[in-house]
Amino acid sequence: MSIELLTIIIGGLTIGAALMVVISKHPIRSVLFLVVTFFLISSLYILMNAQFLAIVNIIVYAGAIMVLFLFVLMLLNLNKESEPKTPKYALFSSVLASGILLLVLIAAFKDSLRLQHVRLPQQKQIGLVENLGKLLFDEYIVAFEVSSILFIASMVGAILLAKREKPIID
Amino acid sequence: MNPTDPTFGTSIDFYVILASILFTIGAFGVLIRRNMIVLLMCIELMLNAVNLLLVAFSTYYGKGDAQIFVFFIIVVAAAEATIGLSILIMAYRNQKSTDAGLFTNLNG
Repeated sequence: MSIELLTIIIGGLTIGAALMVVISKHPIRSVLFLVVTFFLISSLYILMNAQFLAIVNIIVYAGAIMVLFLFVLMLLNLNKESEPKTPKYALFSSVLASGILLLVLIAAFKDSLRLQHVRLPQQKQIGLVENLGKLLFDEYIVAFEVSSILFIASMVGAILLAKREKPIID
Repeated sequence: MNPTDPTFGTSIDFYVILASILFTIGAFGVLIRRNMIVLLMCIELMLNAVNLLLVAFSTYYGKGDAQIFVFFIIVVAAAEATIGLSILIMAYRNQKSTDAGLFTNLNG
């Protein structure tokens, strides 16, 4: 089986799983389909030889963020009955709006695509951990350190927001 | 299969169209769903569409910078999901629902 055929099959599955995220009524089912989507996107990364990002995608997205979503869903005890209903006119108008968005995106990219028909992947090992690590800790070291400050800020903010407020005694 | 063959791999326009479709599905979800958690999930889906396109062009041009950007996008998405979910929990405590329409109560 050629790589191109494999990529097309996985791309089709990705679109299907992403549609199921949006369509399925049960929120937990949406989360599980989103995990499937992230695994499929990771396999697309592997097919492009971006191995570091494939692993990071699985660990951070499918591992950490999705588990956080699942925890919140189970904590709030949401089910099919508590799912808010979408009115008919909103369904119609959002189908229309997103169809127009897809049309505009593809029309904008169509002419630029015709110029370049070089094929993926070029045989350079840029996606490996060694090369990306060199780039990250060489050119982007400031951004890397600043992102750790961002993480501390978001952690403090999350604890502060989710903490139950004490009744004020005076 | 010979990797030096120019037809090896997938053409870049496939990835452009795939990322456009994924982004549109995410935007469709943001428009159509009213549950706040599913809205956050659709935003993650749109971010992933952008990541996919960045990685595709990074491989296409043979430079690693775009993959570093994807790494930072993942970092920011993790921080954003944390804050979003904790705001959501607080809103749920106040009005026992995660319907996005109820947030109109917030204007003073």
